[in-house]
Amino acid sequence: MYTQAIDVAGKVASLDDARALSEAEQQQLARFDERMAADQKIEPQEYMPAEYRKTLVRQISQHAHSEIVGMLPEGNWISRAPSLKRKAILLAKVQDEAGHGLYLYSAAETLGTSRDQMIDALHSGKAKYSSIFNYPTLTWADVGVIGWLVDGAAIMNQVPLCRCTYGPYARAMIRICKEESFHQRQGFDALLAMMAGTQQQRDMVQEAVNRWWWPVLMMFGPSDKDSIHSAQTMKWGIKRISNDDLRQKFVDAAMEQAKVLGVTFPDPDLKWNAERGQHDYGTIDWSEFWRVVNGEGPCNKERVGARVAAHEKGAWVREAALAHAEKQRQRAARQAA
Amino acid sequence: MTQAINKEWPLWEVFVRSKMGLEHKHSGSLHAADAEQALRMARDVYTRRQEGVSIWVVPSAAITASAPEDKGELFDPAADKIYRHPTFYQLPEEVNHM
Repeated sequence: MYTQAIDVAGKVASLDDARALSEAEQQQLARFDERMAADQKIEPQEYMPAEYRKTLVRQISQHAHSEIVGMLPEGNWISRAPSLKRKAILLAKVQDEAGHGLYLYSAAETLGTSRDQMIDALHSGKAKYSSIFNYPTLTWADVGVIGWLVDGAAIMNQVPLCRCTYGPYARAMIRICKEESFHQRQGFDALLAMMAGTQQQRDMVQEAVNRWWWPVLMMFGPSDKDSIHSAQTMKWGIKRISNDDLRQKFVDAAMEQAKVLGVTFPDPDLKWNAERGQHDYGTIDWSEFWRVVNGEGPCNKERVGARVAAHEKGAWVREAALAHAEKQRQRAARQAA
Repeated sequence: MTQAINKEWPLWEVFVRSKMGLEHKHSGSLHAADAEQALRMARDVYTRRQEGVSIWVVPSAAITASAPEDKGELFDPAADKIYRHPTFYQLPEEVNHM
């Protein structure tokens, strides 16, 4: 949210010539480590190790991509929403997602990348987005389930990020979390209405829950023993709670909510463990997870295809806007002269 | 720099004054072709929930920021000029609510 385009008075901080560590740089690194240990915030113009920067660019940009691609599965139901009220709510929600994407791209840009570069990486398949958006929305109930479970999982993931050590990311997350809780509540509300309806509507909800449950659990990422980035991001205060711990917290919370709603989750091993004070749950199909992450999920090609098409077909509009702005600028300059 | 990046819309910083707010606060940034479009987008993105009554947009390139390394020298002199603060002055009891 604070931009790299801002000039630092009298000094041009170069991002990448910190390859060979001089003595001065070693001191900077030591100071950085101290600040990490003291859990202080880092701001865009300050020194940070190249790896910290790279990790953040990766994580924030993929987070931004998720918001943007995430508009597609829900957008699929805008024109078919069952009532005007639900349609207006869904429109507002999808608008929020666009805003979240924007906040996050801005936060990532403070690290010295540009939005065009990031979008390029998304379109070429170099950058990833959340695995969840590669699943199709087959019925209206899916829209409610996405609000309740998908956004619920997102909030679980994002609340700890509000305290992350990189200032612009933390501030973007605070804003996003506030709006995200609207999304989760409206999703639950839509499902409650359906559960109070006909048997057919209740079946539709249960069937949607069955399809989304496992993909939602996968949103928390690989299990701790397989998570390659975890140790370092924990040390840097980018990640606060491990993937498995967050997933457990989510399962425990979702079980309570499912009772209220009157649905079950498709997992025969899911039950309360009095000894641990938590729910046990079955094993995630990690082969499916990796397949989806690596581009072979049900909708990967469709999602990226839709993004690329929008970008390419919109090129002339973006150019027109720039040309118009330039013409206005010249006209204003002429009038001032 | 590739062609695509040159064609990127410039970056703007957005400042919003809230309904009860006395001053504009930095809310974030966005890309827009010109100031008018930046304003319109800022309205949609940063005031969707009535967060403000006034918006400023500024090209990011127009902002110059102080350097973090200079924090020490730049802000230090304040500490030894405590006489700048009204609380430094102890006046006679009778007028001390001045």
